[in-house]
Amino acid sequence: MPIEMKQVNFLYQAGTPMEVHVLTDVNLKIEKGEFIGIIGHTGSGKSTLIQHLNGLLRASSGQVLMDGEDIFADGYDRRKLRGRVGLVFQYPEHQLFETDVLTDVCFGPKNQGFSKEEAEKKARAALDMVGLPESFYQRSPFELSGGQKRRVAIAGVLAMEPDYLILDEPTAGLDPGGRDEILGVLKDLHKKQGIAVILVSHSMEDVAQTVERIIVVQNGHIAYDAPPREVFRHYKELESYGLSAPQVTYIAHALREKGIPVDPDVTTVEEAKQSILHALSGKGGSVC
Amino acid sequence: MLKEMTLGQYYPVDSFLHGLDPRTKLASTMLYIISLFLANDFRGYLLAFLFLILCVKASNVPAKYILKGMKPILFLMMLTVVLNLFLTGGEPVLFRWYFIRITAPGARLAVFMALRLIFLITGSSLMTYTTTPTALTDGMEKGLGFLRVFRVPVHEIAMMMSIALRFIPILAEEADKIQKAQMARGANFEEGGVIARAKAMVPILVPLFISAFRRATDLAMAMEARCYHGGEGRTKMFPLKYHRCDYIAYAFVFLYMAIIIVLCFVK
Amino acid sequence: MGHRDCPLVLFLRKVVESMGIVRTAKLVYEYIRKDENDKVTEISRAVDGVDMDIREGEFVAVLGRNGSGKSTIAKHLNALLQPTGGTVWIREMDTRDEDLIWDIRQTAGMVFQNPDNQIISSVVEEDVGFGPENMGIPSEEIWKRVDESLQAVGMAAYRKRSPNRLSGGQKQRVAIAGVMAMRPRCIVLDEPTAMLDPVGRREVIKTVRELNRKEGITVILITHYMEETVDADRILVVDAGKVKMEGTPKEVFSQVERLRELHLGVPQVTELAYELRKEGLPLPEGILTIQELVDELCRLK
Repeated sequence: MPIEMKQVNFLYQAGTPMEVHVLTDVNLKIEKGEFIGIIGHTGSGKSTLIQHLNGLLRASSGQVLMDGEDIFADGYDRRKLRGRVGLVFQYPEHQLFETDVLTDVCFGPKNQGFSKEEAEKKARAALDMVGLPESFYQRSPFELSGGQKRRVAIAGVLAMEPDYLILDEPTAGLDPGGRDEILGVLKDLHKKQGIAVILVSHSMEDVAQTVERIIVVQNGHIAYDAPPREVFRHYKELESYGLSAPQVTYIAHALREKGIPVDPDVTTVEEAKQSILHALSGKGGSVC
Repeated sequence: MLKEMTLGQYYPVDSFLHGLDPRTKLASTMLYIISLFLANDFRGYLLAFLFLILCVKASNVPAKYILKGMKPILFLMMLTVVLNLFLTGGEPVLFRWYFIRITAPGARLAVFMALRLIFLITGSSLMTYTTTPTALTDGMEKGLGFLRVFRVPVHEIAMMMSIALRFIPILAEEADKIQKAQMARGANFEEGGVIARAKAMVPILVPLFISAFRRATDLAMAMEARCYHGGEGRTKMFPLKYHRCDYIAYAFVFLYMAIIIVLCFVK
Repeated sequence: MGHRDCPLVLFLRKVVESMGIVRTAKLVYEYIRKDENDKVTEISRAVDGVDMDIREGEFVAVLGRNGSGKSTIAKHLNALLQPTGGTVWIREMDTRDEDLIWDIRQTAGMVFQNPDNQIISSVVEEDVGFGPENMGIPSEEIWKRVDESLQAVGMAAYRKRSPNRLSGGQKQRVAIAGVMAMRPRCIVLDEPTAMLDPVGRREVIKTVRELNRKEGITVILITHYMEETVDADRILVVDAGKVKMEGTPKEVFSQVERLRELHLGVPQVTELAYELRKEGLPLPEGILTIQELVDELCRLK
């Protein structure tokens, strides 16, 4: 039951002299249960891309298919779609509005037509998934810390019980501790709930250590779509896009230049450690 | 969407109008608005139109850009036209169909009201297109400085206006983002009656207000940190001084006003 | 011999000059919450006895997790907040002295987190002139300062633009230019990169570093991004309103475990070097750059 984008083009302010081609011939298939990272510099078109997946933006041409059905066809229930493809925007402040956390998280399920009791049940389950204890339920969402607000915002979308969860920079502005907590929540959602997680991020290090597949968006095109090891192999091209590879990838390449045969495709600290130990122990000659 | 609104946003080019003292533009705009209410026949409107065209030419702002900026007020204009067209009585009746009737004075009024509105908005937005908000507020502050005698806080009002102009596009964009964030949670802004729709606005308005207050607090702090302490002892980057072009502009405007007044009384 | 040349006066002047440009002694700040009846319901100590002494020309980074009190400290350095205990001196001016408040704010300029919420004008150059206008500087002098400041942050080409059309990093550089136009001796940057993308972050940090090196401006950078502090002369790590660690980047980053406890991390290079050390490789502590690590590993080959 995948989401598919077929030859999607998106023009901003189409038909005016200020027309901009934001997406060009995007083809993409996302399966249930995947863990995907989307990277691209500001203005590369990645935000536009994710807003197509739940029908907030309408493709100028091409199709977006959910389980084979065109989501822009007449009569397709896009509001229902938004319950299945959850999208959490960058700033939690843009969606929190109720007087207490629990009521705010109920907003989604209530919009889906569930009764107050059912909505509350779903909200509690969602808050539990993001690891927010019950002592927070009656507090005002505006009094929480940055990391806690993010969790409430994620819960607000999770309560609709989506199969796919897209998050636009969920760790921006958080300190390293808060960042690790949010990434931990996402890993759990993927592993325990089987939700497909699509993480839009500026941090190569975060993406490298969490996702299984990376989509690189550059200038409205999909430049790469592969596992992290393969994508970061093209670190020189990534740099020309205003992106980079994780620091450890650079270390590995620098070491190889000096004749130490480490694996050039390492993307996490753990992988780099193993590879360096291996190479220095003198058994690494065959890695190249 | 709101963020695409161009009405009144400064258009950065060099032109005769851009080079004028803001006080000149303020005074001229006011006089022009008065002239629109004085003009009461075809000749007056033609003159007002010609004067406006002259100004648009002298501003270097593309006519297309100005027309595009009018879009948001299209509804208001239609409403004025329709109300005047159908609700004005008198003779002779041009058209009658059941209870709907259009009279000659009605048609005349509708056309004139529409023209008046278009001229008024184009004229005043021409001022904001050619004057940076800071220059505009400087102009107001100095040009209306005499009001201080009546305890009108001229400087404060001017500062408030310039800040509002800076933040309107930011808040408009933010409203757009908030709306999308709530739509992603299944919010429905398209269906339902008036009350349902008004209620649907709450999830947009609450975050927007909270954000606006937060921005206001931040901004106040940033202004304080940059030594802002009211208008007292403040100097200006652009000290206002009338130049030759201003006197020329005034001459033109006064000439125009004189003709309008003459036309108004001489039938 | 006039008393101006008296050795004691000369000596005292030297002492004053050698004293830090920014100093705090036992700085305490308490947020007090009151209910409707003005009864105090909660007192929370955001800053708890901070001593700082920052010398002219230094580049000091203040690191701390969200809510550690680092921003509250920053607001004291510009007299935006008054201490509830202890004292803050900016060039020997006590921030509680209301007559000196404008002098203090001109000496220690401040850049805030959200670039949008600190730009007042709709045109870049006019915004940069806002500070000098408030200070009552004559017009020609303002223009000179605006030119120089925009030049210094590399934004001269954008002077006529609207800030709304700039990227986050560019906006933040405009904000820095706005402070520079006031000719401060010290700039306090309160999480200037928290809302920026990596490109913008690099832009801003590079600009700040250049101002420090070329113009000799004292920089106090408040942040929770470790990478940004690698080039600092000194790092203060703040948690729960107290200074928990202090030292050069090398000294601070060698304590990986301690930093983790404080909800902070280290750059990946430092982490990798630390992990390799734990595995028994004889690497020095506190490796900060890729080059350092590569050189050390090559030595082991």
